[in-house]
Amino acid sequence: MIVEAKKARFSEPLKLTSGAVLPEFEIAYETYGELNAARSNAVLVCHALNASHHVAGSYANEPDNVGWWDNMVGPGKPLDTNRFFVIGNNYIGSCFGSTGPTSANPATGKPWGADFPVVTVEDWVAAQARLADRLGIERFAAVMGGSLGAMQALQWSLSCPQRVRNSIVIAATPRLSAQNIAFNEVARQAIMTDPDFHGGHYYDHGVVPTRGLRIARMIGHITYLSDDAMMEKFGRQLRRSALGFDFGADFEVESYLRHQGDKFSTYFDANTYLRITKALDYYDPAAGYGGDLSAAFARAQADFLVVSFTSDWRFSSARSREIVRALLDNKRVVSYLEIDAPQGHDAFLLDDPRYFGALRAYFGNIAL
Amino acid sequence: MTEAETIAGWVSPGARVLDLGCGDGKLLRRLWETRQAPGYGVEIDDAKVLECIRNDVNVLQMDLEDGLAAFADRSFDTVILSETLQAIHRQEPLLVEMLRVGREAIVSFPNFGYWRARIQIALAGHMPVSKELPYQWYDTPNVHHCTLVDFEALCGKLGCKVLERVVLTGGEPVSTLPNLLGSLAIYRVSA
Repeated sequence: MIVEAKKARFSEPLKLTSGAVLPEFEIAYETYGELNAARSNAVLVCHALNASHHVAGSYANEPDNVGWWDNMVGPGKPLDTNRFFVIGNNYIGSCFGSTGPTSANPATGKPWGADFPVVTVEDWVAAQARLADRLGIERFAAVMGGSLGAMQALQWSLSCPQRVRNSIVIAATPRLSAQNIAFNEVARQAIMTDPDFHGGHYYDHGVVPTRGLRIARMIGHITYLSDDAMMEKFGRQLRRSALGFDFGADFEVESYLRHQGDKFSTYFDANTYLRITKALDYYDPAAGYGGDLSAAFARAQADFLVVSFTSDWRFSSARSREIVRALLDNKRVVSYLEIDAPQGHDAFLLDDPRYFGALRAYFGNIAL
Repeated sequence: MTEAETIAGWVSPGARVLDLGCGDGKLLRRLWETRQAPGYGVEIDDAKVLECIRNDVNVLQMDLEDGLAAFADRSFDTVILSETLQAIHRQEPLLVEMLRVGREAIVSFPNFGYWRARIQIALAGHMPVSKELPYQWYDTPNVHHCTLVDFEALCGKLGCKVLERVVLTGGEPVSTLPNLLGSLAIYRVSA
């Protein structure tokens, strides 16, 4: 499937949760399949930390640049683009096309950098709603995402209850735990204490806080995999013929993390990383209801599919069961899958037949 | 008369139903179609969970042995445990939970006091294997069998009321000597 990245520009200011105002913004997006005459077959796909609007297919001039959820989305895939009109979008604050810290600040003509406001999941949904308006979609057949994308799928059902028929919430949590926030804080500290960070104004200095980004990515990567999955993948396998008795990469896992960190630091923006982890930390729809998640979901009108993976210790199944409980308390239509998969948080990106079979069946039952 | 017909007859139109160990969701589908009763199933088996989703039935993949903490007090009109009781390790707390979560419970199980089972133990001297209980003792999902007498004693101990009882053999209701002549027992109980 050959796809094309597009941009939608919005000149009406967007008031953010923080109180700051984004005077104008762009959203990068892609679409797959055709919107039907009734405009009833649109599905919005929301991405997690380091992905983008490039959900499926590949570009004509970059055949190897395959979308991050290409196994899930496409013709004949579980989210079948022969039947659904699927929209991939890039959230604001990202560094992959939508307005973010690397974009020009209209007030100065220079990149926003450290001045780009902190954005929230609620802000992303508000921006995505503008994109939906622009594309003429009043109501989505489904809004779907994994991890941070799942938070957006949840928030859509709360911010715009009438605009979502199905909310598909995968590897989610309704709020980060202290441990989750702690990992994010270590990642942020790694970035902010990098001498090349310059208080977020590193563009002006022509440098990138590469060391901080590397460490942030390494920490993140550890939380995406289960202990078992890491052991299975690397074991204690040595990188070199014998122990080096120095501080080079002895073990395969060290080499892997270094490689992942290096790769990440060449394409990801540090200011974006700081903001995304804050958006994760801040997300807590129950906060306005005295911590009562059931009260928070009283306004939801969507049907829900919630999926968790038993080896996910980042956002464990217990967190998904909290979401299910809140939905049951509100008599929402909900199904919940707890997939006994060994890969950890990253399992949501892999094509486990139980997981993909259920999604295929669920989408198949959505009337258009 | 089938078990499903009996259960459907006991579910009021529009009642909220929770089916524990719901299998492929066909009972819930039937209760929705014939009684307009919205419901949720609880099932642990991956293949059966997938069948539920295909059957467009709400299913929650959870382990009944972990209890019913996902469900609020009195959040259902009827909680069903159909031919699953014998496969549960801790039956007493589950029955208590069912009557916390639901106004009424419907419980069905293969009657271990059925004469064919008794003969296999008493005369042939081996654990019963039959159409209703097709498993060898060493390879079975079932862990705690009981008879009508046993179940009613447990209801007595828990202080719950038996509202109705239907006993079936080969799809026919049994009224005489049900604990001897019935192969399947279906109870409607309340707290």
